[in-house]
Amino acid sequence: MTSRPSPHQTARIETETVGLSLAHDSAMLHVQGSAVYIDDIREPEGTLHVAPGYAPDAACGRILSLSLDAVRAVPGVLAVLTARDIPGVNDCSPSIGDDPVLADDRIAFHGQVVFAVVAETREVARQAARLGKVEIAAETPAVTVEDALARRTIDVLPDYAFKRGNVTKALRASQTRIEDSFHIGGQEHFYLEGQAALAVPDERGGVTVYSSTQHPTEVQHCLAKMLAVPDAAVTCECRRMGGGFGGKESQAAQWAALAALAARITGRPAKCRLDRDDDMVMTGKRHDFRVDYAAGCDETGRLAAVDVTFLSRCGYSADLSQGVNDRTMFHADNAYFYPQLHIQSRRLRTNTVSNTAFRGFGGPQGMLFAERMMEAIAVRLNLDPLDVRKRNLYETGRDVTPYGMKVTDNIALAMIEELEASSDYRRRRDQIARFNAGSRFIKKGIALTPVKFGISFTLTQMNQAGALVHVYTDGSVHLNHGGTEMGQGLYVKVAQVVAEEFGIDIDMVRITATTTGKVPNTSPTAASSGSDLNGMAARNAGMVIKNRLIEFAVKEWKVARSAIRFERGQVIIGNHAIAFGDLAKKAHQARISLSSTGFYATPDLVWDRDKAKGRPFYYFAYGAACSEVTIDTLTGEMTVDRVDILHDVGRSLNPAIDIGQIEGGFIQGMGWLTMEELVFDDRGRLRTHAPSTYKIPCASDVPADFRVKLFESAGNPADTIYRSKAVGEPPLMLAISVWCAVLNAVGSIRPGKMPPLEAPATPEAILTAVKAMQT
Amino acid sequence: MTRNTIRFIRRGKVVEVTAFPPSRTLLDYLRLDEKSRGTKEGCNEGDCGACTVVLGRLRGGRVFYEPVNACIQLLGQIDGTELISVEDLAAGGSLHPVQQALVDHHGSQCGFCTPGIAMSLFALYHHGEAATRQDIVDQLAGNLCRCTGYRPIIDAAQQVCDGKASDRWSKESDAVRTRLAALQDDTDIVIGDADSFFAAPASGDSVAAMAARHPDATILAGATDVALWITKQMRILPKIIHLGRVAALHRLENHPDRLSLGAAVTYAEAEAALSAIDPDIAELLRRLGSKQVRVSGTIGGNIANGSPIGDMPPILIALGASLTLRYDAAWRMLPLEDFFVAYGKQDRQPGELVWRIDVPKLQANEAFRCYKISKRFDQDISAVMGAFKIAVENNCIANARIAFGGMAATPKRALATERALVGLKLTEPDSWSGAIAALGTDYQPIGDMRASADYRRAVAHGLLQKALSEIAGELTERTRVLGQRERQVVA
Repeated sequence: MTSRPSPHQTARIETETVGLSLAHDSAMLHVQGSAVYIDDIREPEGTLHVAPGYAPDAACGRILSLSLDAVRAVPGVLAVLTARDIPGVNDCSPSIGDDPVLADDRIAFHGQVVFAVVAETREVARQAARLGKVEIAAETPAVTVEDALARRTIDVLPDYAFKRGNVTKALRASQTRIEDSFHIGGQEHFYLEGQAALAVPDERGGVTVYSSTQHPTEVQHCLAKMLAVPDAAVTCECRRMGGGFGGKESQAAQWAALAALAARITGRPAKCRLDRDDDMVMTGKRHDFRVDYAAGCDETGRLAAVDVTFLSRCGYSADLSQGVNDRTMFHADNAYFYPQLHIQSRRLRTNTVSNTAFRGFGGPQGMLFAERMMEAIAVRLNLDPLDVRKRNLYETGRDVTPYGMKVTDNIALAMIEELEASSDYRRRRDQIARFNAGSRFIKKGIALTPVKFGISFTLTQMNQAGALVHVYTDGSVHLNHGGTEMGQGLYVKVAQVVAEEFGIDIDMVRITATTTGKVPNTSPTAASSGSDLNGMAARNAGMVIKNRLIEFAVKEWKVARSAIRFERGQVIIGNHAIAFGDLAKKAHQARISLSSTGFYATPDLVWDRDKAKGRPFYYFAYGAACSEVTIDTLTGEMTVDRVDILHDVGRSLNPAIDIGQIEGGFIQGMGWLTMEELVFDDRGRLRTHAPSTYKIPCASDVPADFRVKLFESAGNPADTIYRSKAVGEPPLMLAISVWCAVLNAVGSIRPGKMPPLEAPATPEAILTAVKAMQT
Repeated sequence: MTRNTIRFIRRGKVVEVTAFPPSRTLLDYLRLDEKSRGTKEGCNEGDCGACTVVLGRLRGGRVFYEPVNACIQLLGQIDGTELISVEDLAAGGSLHPVQQALVDHHGSQCGFCTPGIAMSLFALYHHGEAATRQDIVDQLAGNLCRCTGYRPIIDAAQQVCDGKASDRWSKESDAVRTRLAALQDDTDIVIGDADSFFAAPASGDSVAAMAARHPDATILAGATDVALWITKQMRILPKIIHLGRVAALHRLENHPDRLSLGAAVTYAEAEAALSAIDPDIAELLRRLGSKQVRVSGTIGGNIANGSPIGDMPPILIALGASLTLRYDAAWRMLPLEDFFVAYGKQDRQPGELVWRIDVPKLQANEAFRCYKISKRFDQDISAVMGAFKIAVENNCIANARIAFGGMAATPKRALATERALVGLKLTEPDSWSGAIAALGTDYQPIGDMRASADYRRAVAHGLLQKALSEIAGELTERTRVLGQRERQVVA
């Protein structure tokens, strides 16, 4: 990284379209209800509807019998699918092969799909699905991390660890030693559009599937495998999702598979759209954790050693748990240097739905640990937690991460100090202390926490993307790439890049649905990488065409290359100007191709997982947030009163879109850490399977005083698309400041004692911590 | 007189629907029958608001535009209204002002919640007054957005909902009123036959007679609960008797000493009168359900369905409300608390209707407090709902009526606690502990997904402590994080 220019050395790039706060490309459609989601597609004539069926009374055990006669007898039911109907491989897992599309000999969690009803209407399919009888030789499920430990279930994946130095010795030698343990809850994605897929069979045993998926290629591969046809016989298309957040990265495949299987069996188009409750019961969530740790530090709070074990509930299968738990470890340091360390991860198997990707992908849990540890040190030493944080930041000479990557762009301190001043942190902290001293029932708290988030898929091969660009002879441009649109504004950002390349108005760029038929072998739209990867790939495609046009113009007008510029819809050729469309037309007449693919692979990534060394991330994204809360010590109720955010997006491709990601990510993170609570009963049944019982933030939960600012950056030191930075996931973790502020408020009841606050800090969790402080 | 069709206004024209399954939801009508797919299904239980549409309703000569969740509204309920969905707002190639504001403020990301949000804001746009931030977040409590964090939506609303509506509806308000007025009549509606029907009688006598004749029928008021039997439990409800057209059941009488609420009075209709009893009731009603739920849901329905976690029963019991039931031509009256017999069991015979609720107002020496405790402040079901009416004489508690929801299988009075409170001095907080402990005699709560039993117990204690502290004179800015009474009085 040292060879790269520092932010201050990065030259400003003048742009026409990149950097504008353009509206989301579908905004006009969204507000009119004319943006088409899977369930809005006008169904081809004869489309059937698929509803999944499961054993309502059991979580795990062998399937003894399956009685489906009553289901078949319902008028309007055409078929009932079971594992036996699958011609190929009965698996929809991302890699390991442990996620059956339809359970075969046993079920491993409550809600696992055993059969699927295919009927003329969705209503009939859903009603009939209730009539299936699944007899299970029920076993007692392992539901929690503690159950899995006690029952010694076989972990879904092997342990993994980062080590540096001799932690045991260092801890023993430390002046101050902290031992602590806490739980971190999971999170339901609650994308507003539930899982949905529409499969249309083709004439040769293949299928085209319209799927609400972040990973069309994986859906394609899953369906091909399941139908026993080549990949080329399956096309997967997605114009947009009504939200994804990671929940449609691996877990969209099963519903596309059921639709495709129904289409294969009946020869008719078939749609599988989950009811919300089924969606919440049958699809995975953010991993929940127990974290056990010990830390040693000096009297100033500077860490000497950290020994932490992350015990994660993975559910019944591996899904993406390797990447998720690895990322927890990668972010167990957040922005802090741990001189000696042992970061251990266990991936526990439970009889619950398989946990999966969720915005932050394990990182948030690692970082919550780091921030809780900072609070614990501050409580023990009676210090301002912000001072403890600053004292432990990466800096020159203390700059090697637990995985051996050097941190060279140390902007965390500058950002913290800017926010510390702009949020008036110190004065407000004093005020709060005075308020708390005079208030019996109501207490306030404040916290300022940083975010440092590694950008790149840690599975290095996934850091690649493709694009396809056509220029038509009127100068309009057809844009396609492998990234999917789930609301994050990827399509408009990439369109801005392409418009910039050709110097044309954004309206001349026609954005088209992601499809495996145009750009093959894509990575999921995940890891915040959508714009970084697809922006570059699309730009590369555009550059190929642009270079052909330049070469043509050089010949045609006999000018030097340097005399040609593309700007404001025109091409300046020496002293001459020609409309972009006219140049395209002339080039076409001269028999020059106006179509190209583009490709990009992130450079400089080296990661040796076995040795736990290398450079898994191309760069880091940074942010900082300061939150103030008020709690009621009689009820545990809490309000978030003010939030100040400073976030680093490098040089923004689209500031409005980026601010949307920051605010939306923050509120989603706040939900995870305050009110969103997944409750499984001891029989393994999810009791919070609908928005009536699972509460995500609503409008009134947004702090009325909410100040969000982009960090003034000269640009990403890494050579990313227009020096921008990824913004999808990092802001979620700004919400850790809210949780720490709650901890701070509870802590005011008895200074010197660490509040046993769990996450999420629901009213109940807060009151429990309050009571512990009072006794 | 019987009508075998429902009629409503759609895009300026009268639509008549003569045959539909009794349990057809408005959302399925829109998406599947009309094939209008702008309105989205997010949860199919009235909690996310993606399916929000607006109903124009004529009341007292004025048109009210009210947002409803189409997923838990039955098609038969919309007789006599104007149905407005998201596709209808833009006209002549121009976006509606609320749509334009959402675009200008970057108020959509994935866009799936956006149609519902546009419709909620459309209703607010027609509210007639400039909306405050509080009005806006209250209006949006029933519209979940998972992407934006709401800030740009709130900004858009603040800009556009300025009380000066200027759109097709405001410009054609006379025509809208005339069209709606032409749909109003006093005929009973029956769609279907004796075995399967959607009925919406217009008079009290006919609804009572019909309910008695069909004791197996499902009685429908706002449908905010019953519709879930259809959409979630997949129950087939062959006979539905809707109360919404019975004028007598919509009557709200404001007597000097009491309110008398017909069973079909919605939360929205009762809001002003109930709120006048005490500001805590106003705050509770602000947080109860969502706007969509409050314009449909009824207080009678909340009682009739006997939920142990309904928010109104504890309040009404603490206030000393009584209930009137009607079976055909026979009426009977009972204290509300006696109506709730056991979990899922109420003192109501098949065919008998909850008819009227009488709610005493507070006496000069009575103080009232109520608190709703839930994971999320807005549109959440209470873990614990506590209501307290304390009569004070010479700084001593002369009488107390206390009721809790979420603490037992039914909404239940705290009789032991009430007795223990009598005679205590408000000036001596140390003397309260015995009475607070008596809650342990009154309630043995259970744990569930909303809260553990321990938490419920601790909160009940905390709430009584809070109520007594406040009644003893503590400012609520020192006892609450939300809903401070001082603020409400000023407002």
